[in-house]
Amino acid sequence: MTVTHSFYLAWKYLNFNRLKTATLIACITLVSSLPLALNLLLSASEEQLMSRAKVTPSLVGSKGSDLDLAINTLYFASEPPDPITMASVREIEESDLALPIPIATQFLARGFPIVGTTLDYFNFRELSLASGTRFGVIGDAVLGADVARSLGLTPGDSLVSSPETVFDLGGVYPLKMNVVGVLDRTYTADDRAVFVDIKTTWVIQGIGHGHQDLAQPDAEELVLEREGNEIVANAQLPQYTEITPENLASFHFHGSTDTFPITAIIAVPPDRKSAAILQGRYEVTDAPLQFVNSPQVIEELLIEIFKIRNLLNLVFFLVIAATLLAIALIFNLSLRLRQSEIQTSFKLGCSRGAIVQLIAAEIAVILVVSGGLSAIVTVGVSHLKQDITRTLIS
Amino acid sequence: MQTESEPIATKSSLQADRGETRASIAIADVTFGYEDRTFGLHIPHLAIHPGEKIALVGASGGGKTTLLHLLSGILTPNSGSIRVEDLDLAQLSEAERRRYRISSVGFVFQNFELVEYLNVLDNILHPYRLNPALKLDKRVRSRAAELAMQMGIQDKLKRNIQKLSQGEKQRVAICRALLPQPRIILADEATGNLDPANKRRILKILFEYVETHQSCLVAATHDHELLPDFDRAIDLETFHADLSALNVRSR
Repeated sequence: MTVTHSFYLAWKYLNFNRLKTATLIACITLVSSLPLALNLLLSASEEQLMSRAKVTPSLVGSKGSDLDLAINTLYFASEPPDPITMASVREIEESDLALPIPIATQFLARGFPIVGTTLDYFNFRELSLASGTRFGVIGDAVLGADVARSLGLTPGDSLVSSPETVFDLGGVYPLKMNVVGVLDRTYTADDRAVFVDIKTTWVIQGIGHGHQDLAQPDAEELVLEREGNEIVANAQLPQYTEITPENLASFHFHGSTDTFPITAIIAVPPDRKSAAILQGRYEVTDAPLQFVNSPQVIEELLIEIFKIRNLLNLVFFLVIAATLLAIALIFNLSLRLRQSEIQTSFKLGCSRGAIVQLIAAEIAVILVVSGGLSAIVTVGVSHLKQDITRTLIS
Repeated sequence: MQTESEPIATKSSLQADRGETRASIAIADVTFGYEDRTFGLHIPHLAIHPGEKIALVGASGGGKTTLLHLLSGILTPNSGSIRVEDLDLAQLSEAERRRYRISSVGFVFQNFELVEYLNVLDNILHPYRLNPALKLDKRVRSRAAELAMQMGIQDKLKRNIQKLSQGEKQRVAICRALLPQPRIILADEATGNLDPANKRRILKILFEYVETHQSCLVAATHDHELLPDFDRAIDLETFHADLSALNVRSR
């Protein structure tokens, strides 16, 4: 039997038994590509987690889980830590030990995290704009590349923040934000965030608001009580849910900025010495806040991931072994079912070697197709690993 | 038609010189038995001449298929010789017997033994893909198409084998057997599964081939109604022997 004839017959057999062939190919493709793809993804996650941690080594936040604080501040994922106040930002600023960048991540807009911060964040991350401008006033929003693509938004469009709780009448109401810019893709968590001025998050939270000027004569029916300069409005007073050039001036905050909440501070010390001094300030036992060295925290996380990877590899090894045994069994049963065909071929003048060659050709076709598909899956995962990893981390 | 164990000259054998393909089988003092049985075959002398159509009759398990396998080289005798023209099958190596079988023997089986995953044309061409002794080229393909036309299945060449009737399947099996232009046609209950009309039709096709090519046909059959159509019928019971008495080691 020539090689061409054996491959021709093998192809005819496999094509005739399409379901069996497809199942075998799917099994082999999965067992060969899955461990490789998963290892690629794990490596990419480790790389991505660590690279962002390395450029953002100093974080300050409320005491509690340092991992939650790091994951939320660096990747805007997981539950936000307990809030701290803007007073902490001012303290760091006054110490001259670091540039404090406030981060507030309590709110979402259509599933994407709203990150309240200052323009320093854009400079610190070296974020560039694909279109539009950075936020200038409260209510302006700058979208990460994935958010803009996913929601189909461009500068000039608007985006509404998600209400926190539907039944909490005194809670957070949605705010219609104006999209003023879209960032270039960075392949980091910034692609999946909506950046607003820190004050905008306070407006969403209800700390800041805008309404009709009660001192004006036409607002008389909205006044409940007037005592000197202090005017108390009645329940009929409507609050604005959209910030426009016309009502922008009416927006104001009650109380001291020092008491306003944020979730964390990214500290950008000018040198190592300043970083060490800053860290020391938070390591005293009665300090209300904690200083987090994010590379150290992420490394501890990666050690756990590495343990899981080893466990996964062991599981994959067992699954591969079991699958290969099952495939061998299928081939064996298939050969038994084909005894009559094999006997006929032998009676016609075919050698046992030719039969082996035919079976080998069938196995080769299955392996080549599976190998090809496995390569496509692996290349695909390798190509998309940054996106997949970012989605998984988010 | 005569029923006997010794060869006789027949009309077709006398006309042998006119054929293109010559066949002559000579069996001399052949014994064969299976390991687990003392009972076996002993054929002192049997000659089959070109153009002859021989029917093998006898009870099931009486050795008809064994004799066909001996003639095709699938089995080798314990002793004696089987000569096909100038070839002594017992002296051939396994590979040489396979080459002899694929190129000189056309085997037609009772259950057709077609390959279910191949279409009609690929089934007819199948022997050419099994052994490099046969070369598959344009001439072979065109001969396959001609044979299919003669059998009336030319419009079914691309059809899946499972979609054919029994009679059509047997015609495909005959096309496969005849395509290499064999010197010997061996039919093992080739008409057993067919209705009377199809039986006659299949035999007619085989007989025409034998007469045209001056090859020879050895057909195992239970169907005594068909025996008058053959030149000779050989009752295998006449070749039954106790091998231990003959001092032959069975295999």
